[in-house]
Amino acid sequence: MSPGAWHRFADSRVLWSFRHDKVAIVSFAVMCVYILLSFSAPLIAPYNPYDPTTIDIMDSEIPPAWLENGDTRFALGTDAQGRDMLSTILYGTRISLTIGICAVLLQAFLGITIGLISGYFGGRLDNFLMRVADIQLSFSTLMVAIIVLAVFQALFGTELYERLAILMLILVIGIAEWPQYARTVRASVLAEKKKEYVDAVRVIGLNPVRIMFRHILPNTLSPILVISTVQIANAIVSEAALSFLGLGMPVTKPSLGSLINSGFEFIFSGSWWITIIPGIVLVILVLVMNLLGDWLRDVLNPKLYKE
Amino acid sequence: MTVGSGRALVEVRNLAKEFPLQTGFLEQLHFNHGRISRVRESVKAINGVDFDVVKGEALCVVGESGCGKSTVARAIMGLLKPTSGEIRYENKRIDTLKGKNLLPFRRKMQMIFQNPYASLNPRMTVQKTLQEPVRFHYPDLSPAEIGEKTAAVMQSVGVDPSWTVRYPHEFSGGQRQRISIARALAVDPEFIVADEPISALDVSIQAQVLNLLMDAQEQRGLTYLFITHDLSVVEHLGTRVAVMYLGTVCEIAPTRTLFATPQHPYTQALLSAIPRLNEVRPNHIKLRGEVPTPINLPKGCVFHGRCIHANERCLHDVPRLRKAASGVQVACHAVEEGRL
Repeated sequence: MSPGAWHRFADSRVLWSFRHDKVAIVSFAVMCVYILLSFSAPLIAPYNPYDPTTIDIMDSEIPPAWLENGDTRFALGTDAQGRDMLSTILYGTRISLTIGICAVLLQAFLGITIGLISGYFGGRLDNFLMRVADIQLSFSTLMVAIIVLAVFQALFGTELYERLAILMLILVIGIAEWPQYARTVRASVLAEKKKEYVDAVRVIGLNPVRIMFRHILPNTLSPILVISTVQIANAIVSEAALSFLGLGMPVTKPSLGSLINSGFEFIFSGSWWITIIPGIVLVILVLVMNLLGDWLRDVLNPKLYKE
Repeated sequence: MTVGSGRALVEVRNLAKEFPLQTGFLEQLHFNHGRISRVRESVKAINGVDFDVVKGEALCVVGESGCGKSTVARAIMGLLKPTSGEIRYENKRIDTLKGKNLLPFRRKMQMIFQNPYASLNPRMTVQKTLQEPVRFHYPDLSPAEIGEKTAAVMQSVGVDPSWTVRYPHEFSGGQRQRISIARALAVDPEFIVADEPISALDVSIQAQVLNLLMDAQEQRGLTYLFITHDLSVVEHLGTRVAVMYLGTVCEIAPTRTLFATPQHPYTQALLSAIPRLNEVRPNHIKLRGEVPTPINLPKGCVFHGRCIHANERCLHDVPRLRKAASGVQVACHAVEEGRL
C-alpha cells in the first residue's frame, strides 16, 4: 500500500467508525485470536491429534481439568478416542476456517466474474446467466452438497473421499453459493455502468474486459466485502452441518462440525464436553463474523449514516 | 463561415435511433378485448438527422430537454448504435466499425461529459485517469514521456500538475470538469463532442470553463460539436447552430444569421423566449400545447401541432432540410413555399 492510500485509510470513516464501535472492536479482536491460534496450531497445540502414536485409548473421556477427575495434561479433557480436546479444537478450527475462506474465494471468483459479465453485457447473456443463478439458488446448498458428497463416497469409496475431503467440501460449498455474489455484483454493475466515467473509458476505446475489471469492479467492492464476511460464516456453518451429518470431514481429521458430531453419542453418558466445547467455539466464531459483517454493511452503506 | 467554405470533418446522414420500450417477449404481450396481441413500441429519440460538422468550427446543437441532442452526440461517439443512418469521419464510415478498426478514430474523437461528479472514476487518482488513455493510444511512449504529456495537458487546462496523486473527490466541480477536459485533450484529438459540459457548474465557473474550451480550440485547432440548451453560450461560442426539435433538425444556420433572422417557426419561438433587458413589453411567441411524445410521433412535420403557419401539407409531408439563404438550411414547408 502506498503512503497516500494508507493516509486515506487512516483518515477514513471506516476506521473512525471502527474505533467508536465496541462490538466491532471486540469482534475483530476475537476473530484475530481465532485466526492466529488456529493457524499456528502445529506450533502451540500440546498434542498432535493426527498422530495416532500420541493417542492412548486409556485417556479417553477425561473431563476438563477444572472438573472432578480432570487431568492437568488435558486442559479441556479428551474425546472418546483419548485425543486432547484443546489440540483437536485448534486443528479443527483451522480446517473449518480454511474451508470457509477457500470456499468463499471460489464463490467470489465465480460470482464476480459471472456477475460482471451479466451486468455489463446485458441482454440474452444476462437473462441466461441469471436464470442459471435462479436454478442454482432454488436448490439449497445443503441438499446439493449432500447429494454430491454422498454420490462421490458411493462411487469412489470412503478412503479416497477421506483424502480429498477438504477439496471436495471447498468445491461443493463454493459452487453452490456463487449466485449470492453474482446477483450482488450484477446489481452494482448495472448502477455503475450508467455513470459517465464508464462512457469516458468506452470513448477511449478500452476493451470490455479491462473496463469491467479495472474500472467497474473497484467501484463495486463495498457490497462484495460485506457479503464476504457473512458468506465465510455461512460456509463454516454449512461445513459443520455436513460434517455433523457424516458427509464432511472424517473423524480422523475432524473439523469443528465432525467433533461436535463425534461427541454427540456420548452427551447423555455424561461426557458433554466433547460436543459442547467445540459447539461454543463454533458459535462464537460464526457470531463474531456476522457481527463484523453487520458493522461493515452499516459503515459502507452511506444511506445508513448515523450521527 | 458558410456551408461549403470548409471541409466536412464529420457527416451525419439520416441518423435515427429508437429505444424499444418492451424488451422482453412477455412485456410485449397485451391483453385487450379478449385477445392477446403483441405490441412493440419504441421511443424515437432521433429520426432522420442530417448535418455536417466543418473542420475548425464549433457547431452548437440546441433544443429543449428530450429533443435528442445527447442521443446524437452519443451515437457519433459510438456509445450508441444507431438504428439507421450513417456517420462519416473524414469521409470514412465509422458507425459500422468495431474493435481495432475503430481505434484510430477513437483517438481523433473525444468527448466531454455533462456531470463532472460522475465522469471521473472515484477509485482512480487523477494521474491514472489521465495517463490511461495516453498509454493506451500511444503505446510507444516511455512512462516519463507519458508523465510529461499529462503534466503539459494539466497545465494547459489550469490544474496544478502536482495534484495528480489526488482522488477526484478532493476537487471542486469546476476543477473536475477541467480534469475531464484534460483527459479528452490528452490524446491530441481533432474533434471533441461536448455534451452540456458547463450546465452542471456554477455560473461563475461556467465562463471559465467556456473560455478554457475556446482557448483549447484556438491553440489546438479543434472542431467542436457542442450540445447545449443555453442560448447565450451558443451566441458566445458557436460558429454555426443546429436547432433540434423532437428528434429532428429544424434549422442550421451561422450563429449571427440565426440570431438575427431566424427562419423556422420553432427557432423564432425559441429565440423570442430569450429575456432582454431593454424590453418593456416582451413580445414572446407563445406556443400552444406540449411537446408530443416521441413514442407516437405526429405524422408529417413534427412541429405541425404547435405551429401557427401549419397547413394541410404539413400534416402529411415530412419537411426535409433545404438550403434557404446562404449557409442556412431550414426544414419547413412554409419557408420553402415562401408563406412565411
